[in-house]
Amino acid sequence: MNGAAGTVAAVVVAGGQIAAVAIGAPLLVGVMRTVRCRVEGRVGPPVGQPLRDLRKLFTKQRMRPDQSSWVFGAAPVVLVATAAVVAAIAPLATARPPLGQTADFFAIVFVLLLGSVFLALAALDTGTPFGGMGSSRAMTIGALAEPALLVAILAMAIPARTSNLPALVRIGLSHPQLIASPERILALVSFFVVILAETGRLPVDNPSTHLELTMIHEAMVLEYAGPDLALVTLGESMRLALLLGLLVNLVAPWGIAERPGAAAFVVGLGALALKVGVAGTAIAVFEVFTAKLRLFRLPELLAGGFVLAVAAAVTALVVR
Amino acid sequence: MSNLSLVITATAGCAAAIAGGSLPPKARVLAAVALTWVASAGALVGAVTVLHTGRPLVLSSSRILPLTGTTLVLEPLGAVFVVVTAVVAVAASLYWLGYASHGLSTRTASATLPVFVTSMLLVPASGSVATFLWLWEMMALSSLVLVLVDQREREEARSAAGWYAVMTHVGAAAILFALVMISAHAGGQTFAAIRAHAGHLPGAVRNVAFVLALVGFSSKAGAVPFHVWLPKAHPEAPSPVSALMSGAMVNLGIYGIVLVGDELLGGGPVWWWLTVLALGVVSALFGALQAATSTDLKRLLAYSTADNMGLVLIAVGASGLFASTGHPVIAAIALVSALLLVVNHAAFKGSLFLSAGSVQVATGTRDLDRLGGLMRSMPVTGAVFVVGGLAIAALPPLNGFVGEWLLFQSLLHGLPTSSTAVAVAVPVGVGALALTGGLTAAAFVKAIGVGFLGRPRSEGAATAHEVPHTMQFGAGLLAAACVVLGVGPTVVVPALDRAAVEVVPGAPAHSVLASADVRLSGLQGMLDPALLAAGLAVAIVAVLGFRRLAQCRFRPRLPVRSIEPWGCGRELQTARMQYTATSFAEPLQQVFDDVLRPDRDLNVSHLAESRYYTEKIAYRTSIGDVIEHDVYRPVIRGVHLWGHLGRGLQNGSVHRYLAYGLVALVVIMLVMV
Repeated sequence: MNGAAGTVAAVVVAGGQIAAVAIGAPLLVGVMRTVRCRVEGRVGPPVGQPLRDLRKLFTKQRMRPDQSSWVFGAAPVVLVATAAVVAAIAPLATARPPLGQTADFFAIVFVLLLGSVFLALAALDTGTPFGGMGSSRAMTIGALAEPALLVAILAMAIPARTSNLPALVRIGLSHPQLIASPERILALVSFFVVILAETGRLPVDNPSTHLELTMIHEAMVLEYAGPDLALVTLGESMRLALLLGLLVNLVAPWGIAERPGAAAFVVGLGALALKVGVAGTAIAVFEVFTAKLRLFRLPELLAGGFVLAVAAAVTALVVR
Repeated sequence: MSNLSLVITATAGCAAAIAGGSLPPKARVLAAVALTWVASAGALVGAVTVLHTGRPLVLSSSRILPLTGTTLVLEPLGAVFVVVTAVVAVAASLYWLGYASHGLSTRTASATLPVFVTSMLLVPASGSVATFLWLWEMMALSSLVLVLVDQREREEARSAAGWYAVMTHVGAAAILFALVMISAHAGGQTFAAIRAHAGHLPGAVRNVAFVLALVGFSSKAGAVPFHVWLPKAHPEAPSPVSALMSGAMVNLGIYGIVLVGDELLGGGPVWWWLTVLALGVVSALFGALQAATSTDLKRLLAYSTADNMGLVLIAVGASGLFASTGHPVIAAIALVSALLLVVNHAAFKGSLFLSAGSVQVATGTRDLDRLGGLMRSMPVTGAVFVVGGLAIAALPPLNGFVGEWLLFQSLLHGLPTSSTAVAVAVPVGVGALALTGGLTAAAFVKAIGVGFLGRPRSEGAATAHEVPHTMQFGAGLLAAACVVLGVGPTVVVPALDRAAVEVVPGAPAHSVLASADVRLSGLQGMLDPALLAAGLAVAIVAVLGFRRLAQCRFRPRLPVRSIEPWGCGRELQTARMQYTATSFAEPLQQVFDDVLRPDRDLNVSHLAESRYYTEKIAYRTSIGDVIEHDVYRPVIRGVHLWGHLGRGLQNGSVHRYLAYGLVALVVIMLVMV
């Protein structure tokens, strides 16, 4: 596979992964809401509701708070664009994504961080107390989650001798015993805690809250309406789907396309949807039985994640 | 032929100083800037030649300094620092053209600034102990004068200069001892002679010399706990000087550590480098935490300098560690990352200090709690600050990210090769590094968001206007460098690779390969920043297009409606209702309460009629520097006490002085006999 055909195949694979994440992510949110409603004994909206909401929002007039600057309008675009870039190069449906060589784990984390930083800036740009409150809390949690995240990546990368994400997924396929190794398990638990924090799920943030003073993420995006709100919602759900997709592929890489070819890619997409769906359902059930932690109890949770990650890294270095 | 470039630098620097000191006000700034550019250009040409060919420039004269002579030897390692200094100097002096009307057009400033720049350009080119110390002292003294330029208007500048003078001279004394000790035992004062004898030095001499040099140079680099002068001198110095101090001068502290540790002494035992590593971790963490909670824009930048120099020290320490455990390739990669971090830091911190200076000029304050909304009135300065802030938070596609990525890669590949003790200590260090990254992001979201976005919090911020073009260009030049270095780090990486490979003994010809992408030699690790940037650009355009297409049912297209933000039903939103820098940092301050130990004061006064009604509540909080308070204040108190005791010796009585003379004579006789 080379030349023009290779380029076309690469574009198709990247486009397929982006489309899968962009359409699948709102459905994932819909599934999680439905599961939550059913466990709580309610019927709940249909699974496709988040997609319909997006369609409606995209066709509305754009609004912005007076006195805001270009940052306010740019943030939703950057948020979705960063998620799309990650969706294109990450090993989601295939273990050999196009440009997979440059899909370094650190690079992906920092590309996603670019989106979060823009959102935090836009929140301050609204000039309202809620924006500042959300921004301050989100940045605090982000700063405290980062040590756990990077050390967890380090712990996963040490046995593989690379932090290249497709390589990390492939090594799980070729050496399944590595997935069950203590360092991988500890690192993945810590990574999971970070995902909860970064995507604003319980017990870190309540995604369905409507009380201003307890909000983190919702407080940041309070001023968004219409197409911009649609982009923010889409971007956030894409990030959730991406991070869960990476997590499930590190935990259970089976089903992912190992070699090029349309059939393998479609199977990979199906496997991804199934695995992410199961993970989402598990989180939704977990959220029913969990209360939100107080803001100043969060450092304890994240420090716990960090301790696990350090334990994982030390294990990876010492037990060889 | 290219030796001429250093002569040009020295001559133009002297000419600039003379012109700056003698010409009438308008002409002196122009002449000094033009000649500073000539000096920088000369050094730049020489340094680029050295980096390109790999052959050092040698220039020596026995006539300039009596007894020792002057020796200038520019090698690839020094050339990297010369290039960094020259670029920052060009940008800062361009900025100075516009800034001069705000207090920098005095005779002293115009004569001293070129001296400062020239000495910084020549320090990395010095090839003997005497030349090095002479230029080092010239750099310290000229920067001290520049910190004091504004002392008539601002009382704080004097105290800041006092701190700076003491710290820089204690550091210089330590460096003097270290270098003199090494050269005495090596039997020569040129660096070449020392290098030849480095292996034969006694172990104790090497250890003491390294520790002294480390103390001295890290006080210049602003590493914690020797950082106390940074948050005082950087804010009080005029902004172009702050940019030069933070973008160029502190780097030379790093240069010194690499020079003494790697070049002159030829590497050392593991504990040397673990000490450097620990120093780096502490600086990075403490600097980032203080930056995240500062509310003074330039103080925040100064603490962030301590943080960034900490990162560089971590890389230098890791490099030495891997070299001493016999892994020259990884050691070279770590050193490349250290140099890349230095280059990047110069670009973003220079642009940040220059744009902070523009803010100060335009609004009259650098207190973030009194700024806000500047993005609309000062779009260029705002954009420059956003670029610098995102770059320093290590976000792709800007330059900070590439340096940190390379540092992580060197730690990742180097760790499995080291001993168990190191293996346990370093993951905690990586955690500290990551926390630093998160705190830096929080600090700069605060600086950008509170300083430039939202509503203006004071009269000065509301009536601000964009600064003169020269100031915008000066800051913009370095911001452009951030973008270029972020998208195409491959322009500088080969040069840094050449410098690093030369320093690390036993390293192969290349450690980091950079053609279109950056990859590690012989190890699995690759990054393609240009591709990442292109992908982001395409994705942004696609999302913008999608947002526009989705609205195509409106014909004609509806404009973006400007609305009053939500205020819980209240109609009137005031600027005072926004989060300030203090409130933004409050959660972090509360989480790290034990380390920061903020000073809080709550006063509740009651109405005279009844204790149950409060008249007013006053709340005051401030965050000092714990290390200054706990380490330096007791020392200063001790010195004061000692001076006080000394005063008791003098009472003006001639009898007592005669007695002192007699006692001294007897003691001397006893000792002599």
